[in-house]
Amino acid sequence: MFLAQVHVTYKPSILDPQAVAIKNAMHRLNFDKVEAVRQGKYFELSLDVATATDAETQTEAICEQLLANPNMETYRYEVKELANQ
Amino acid sequence: MMKFAVVSFPGSNCDEDLYYAITDDLKADAEIVPHTSDNLEGFDAVLIPGGFSYGDYLRSGAIAKFAPVMAAVKEFAKAGKPILGICNGFQILTEAGLLPGTLQHNREMQFICEPEPLMVNNNQTLFTSAFKAGETITLPIAHGEGNYYCDDDTLAQLKANHQIIFSYQDNPNGSLSDIAGITNQAGNVLGMMPHPERAVESIQGGTDGLKVFQSILQTYLRTV
Amino acid sequence: MQQLKTELTPEEIREQKPYEAWGLSEREYDYICSKLIGRLPNYTETGLFAVMWSEHCSYKNSKPILRKFWNDGSRVIQGPGEGAGVLDIGDDQAVVFKAESHNHPSFVEPFEGAATGVGGIIRDIFSMGAKPIASLDSLRFGELSNPKNRYLLGEIVAGIAAYGNCIGIPTVGGEIGFDAVYDGNPLVNVMCVGLMNQADLKMGRAKGTGNSIIYVGAKTGRDGIHGATFASNEFSDDKEADRSAVQVGDPFMEKLLTDACLEIIHDHSDILMGIQDMGAAGLVSSSAEMAAKAKSGVTMDLDLVPQREPGMSAYEIMLSESQERMLLCVKKGEEQTVLDIFKRYDLDAVVVGHVTEDRQYRLYQQGKLVTDIPVTSLVDDVVEHEQPKRKPARLENVQPVKTPTVKDPAETLAKLLAQPTIASKRSVFRQYDSQVQANTAVTPGSDAAVVRVRHTRKALAMTTDCNARYIYLDPYVGGQIAVSEAARNIVASGGVPIGITDCLNFGSPDDPESYWELDQSVQGIAKACQRLDTPVISGNVSMYNETDGRAIYPTPMIGMVGLIKDLDHITTQDFKQAGDVVYLIGETGNDFAGSELQKLGGELPTGQLHFDLDSETAHQRLVLDAIQSGMLQSAHDLSEGGLGVALAESIFGGQFGFNGQTTLTNAQLFSETQSRFLVSVKPADQARFEALAADQAVFLGRVTDEDAVHLTTADGRLEAVSSALKETFGGALECLMK
Repeated sequence: MFLAQVHVTYKPSILDPQAVAIKNAMHRLNFDKVEAVRQGKYFELSLDVATATDAETQTEAICEQLLANPNMETYRYEVKELANQ
Repeated sequence: MMKFAVVSFPGSNCDEDLYYAITDDLKADAEIVPHTSDNLEGFDAVLIPGGFSYGDYLRSGAIAKFAPVMAAVKEFAKAGKPILGICNGFQILTEAGLLPGTLQHNREMQFICEPEPLMVNNNQTLFTSAFKAGETITLPIAHGEGNYYCDDDTLAQLKANHQIIFSYQDNPNGSLSDIAGITNQAGNVLGMMPHPERAVESIQGGTDGLKVFQSILQTYLRTV
Repeated sequence: MQQLKTELTPEEIREQKPYEAWGLSEREYDYICSKLIGRLPNYTETGLFAVMWSEHCSYKNSKPILRKFWNDGSRVIQGPGEGAGVLDIGDDQAVVFKAESHNHPSFVEPFEGAATGVGGIIRDIFSMGAKPIASLDSLRFGELSNPKNRYLLGEIVAGIAAYGNCIGIPTVGGEIGFDAVYDGNPLVNVMCVGLMNQADLKMGRAKGTGNSIIYVGAKTGRDGIHGATFASNEFSDDKEADRSAVQVGDPFMEKLLTDACLEIIHDHSDILMGIQDMGAAGLVSSSAEMAAKAKSGVTMDLDLVPQREPGMSAYEIMLSESQERMLLCVKKGEEQTVLDIFKRYDLDAVVVGHVTEDRQYRLYQQGKLVTDIPVTSLVDDVVEHEQPKRKPARLENVQPVKTPTVKDPAETLAKLLAQPTIASKRSVFRQYDSQVQANTAVTPGSDAAVVRVRHTRKALAMTTDCNARYIYLDPYVGGQIAVSEAARNIVASGGVPIGITDCLNFGSPDDPESYWELDQSVQGIAKACQRLDTPVISGNVSMYNETDGRAIYPTPMIGMVGLIKDLDHITTQDFKQAGDVVYLIGETGNDFAGSELQKLGGELPTGQLHFDLDSETAHQRLVLDAIQSGMLQSAHDLSEGGLGVALAESIFGGQFGFNGQTTLTNAQLFSETQSRFLVSVKPADQARFEALAADQAVFLGRVTDEDAVHLTTADGRLEAVSSALKETFGGALECLMK
């Protein structure tokens, strides 16, 4: 079993109105040192594959086809092996 | 009689409205086609309705693009036949790669349901031939993610090819270049956030939307 | 196998009395042991009793009062007691509606609390066999100067929008009011309206021995355990941490559930014996009520119930308030037909039990019989409590209210228009999809919303109303006014009022004054309903609306539906054309008790209400006659802020002004005398209208296309700029939210 931890975020060039709203809220709460906020999505995939390479190949394909919209989002992920339960 | 397919995904909620706009008001033929269908034979135009396909979970339209019917929709597009995606339908068409760009959260982060004045920028399309050039019309919008975005090159292309069909007069959602609706380069696929099917009878507050469907019908009648 | 949590034995329950924390009194517990089951209940059974005997499920405190409602009338197909009430609207069609409160969950987790409130009431509507066609939300908050209330408003509205917009039911109206008494106890009352063919009517019944009980929808999790008893307890600030009984809604699942259930109802009515929403107290209340109504028993195997979490006890499975679940009773041997349809919609559906003849309620878990009690002991045998009542001291020796001095009526008008209760709610309503289904003829903001019935000439008008400041002053008269104001809104929209639903939001029934207020309001509502021919066909009671012992104003929200017989009768409050003649229907007195003008002066409601059902019905008759004979260009009910505010609101729909004169004083422009309308008439119809109205209407002036309002009064002049008033009215709420 492998665990893929995937982060999907907006490309830096994209205006993210949710992040702007969150930053403004932080400022209203007097956390005025917050210069910038980016928000994204986090996914955990448990993959029943033989090797870490298999897990990476699949995760890459899933990100490309489904989890991220290449028009506006980028992604990164880490794969680690899960200890047998 | 011209026959429209209204594609319905789990979570679509404007499919019936479109069906009635075609059958009651345009007086043409229509059928609701489920997402599981892989065949659009016998249809002369495809309508992709608004709603929240698959709950709009992940991203609007991101899951719908994998539905079996979408392969047939892509074939339909390739064959040059008319496809109109409204609201969530527009989002699905961009996710499926049939239209460029993407639709983000509205600028103010709120859902907006209001009648919006729009400019008809291009009446030389199969979707807008019944409008006058530069006509101002009013159609309702109802969306939380209608803020159109694309990169600079794409925008330049959209402009050069006159693919920006409708634009907002008073940009409600932050859309780039006030974009409310665009076609593909070939001009047979239109995506728009405003809802023409909600403006086909005077009791709904206006009838400007009917002209979109009339344009499709007139174009069809000219070619058969 | 999962280890179940260690549960108290029946004897330990008797000694330690955990049921008291769940809302069951020792007297009730003893009664159940000795009179109903003849033994000590086990842990699961005790939990079932606690929740089924809660006020929220059993209405044990309110039932003796609710019987005073009037539920008859020629249109009634189904009165209270089912998922929702049903009224005949001709052509073999029926309208189905109900309102429900979700106050406590919405305070604890405003977004999800409000969203699941919307979801719950929708299931009540489609479980009757009706397609939901509209919803309305009646909301109350503390003043917006308190940031907590701004937060609550923002989140509650966002939650309603998120759920309602996704599911594709237009949110067409409602109302929002503000008063400091709702600090820490906002009200979220949701009304849903459905349309059906009478042939499709379904009931929540588990009938026919051997027939199967089918569970469908979301999996059962530990969310919302004891939500029902939780709704029956007062809030107190030091218990903040305990308030974790909120569920999360999934409108996408609900959309599938709605479509699938309606398909089964339409196409397989012959094999569907009954259907009910799993609402408050989830699986136990739906199954026990379905069995009780059919005078049958039910046996279920809890291992078959779809579960989201491992190791759930019988108690947790039965009491879970996970959302988006329905229970069906299907003819034995025909289960597969139903299961196949649900499968096509990607919904989890399983047979979890069957109907028995012996009227016992039996639950098995892991092969063990964990509950075996009479169905009646959970439902019909709940002991009602008629609580002591006492008239509150504030209502003794009420002094008449001094008529306030209004020097500059334009300034007063502007101040009133900026009051959040009066100001435009457009910034809220635009977040709701009010037009999906493409039948909305009048969107939020006019007196009532109007939804046409497709393929007919008919339309339905709908509204929610309650001025709680009046109820506080006189619950009996205030109750009559609440119904009458709702009816005025329907009539002004061109409809004949045909029935009501209600959400009775009150303080604790253990407080004799609250209980007296409930009793008086219900009697007032009943009286007006009978007079206006609007039976009460459904409703809900929310008690314990108190924070730290301080109750809200008693707020019996009235949701009313009217039938518009022809689309041509649809009327709005907006003036239509310059030159039209404006009339005031009904006499104006010095009615400042409970008024917004009084509130503007910072006062709690004081004084005496005046109300006369005779003039109310006469004026409604006049307006409806005038609309039906095509005389009225616009019609608007006079409510908060009186004539001044109604006149301004009528102007705001277009770019109009007004020029006129009145014998009323400056102050009387803001008097809230009941039973009044403001109407406009084309000059060509002037004589016809005056003949019809006789002395019930007085000429007030004319609509102009000037950007100005000129109104000469008995003791001054109102001079204002229309566009400036509109800006004040339009921007006030957004401004207060910042």
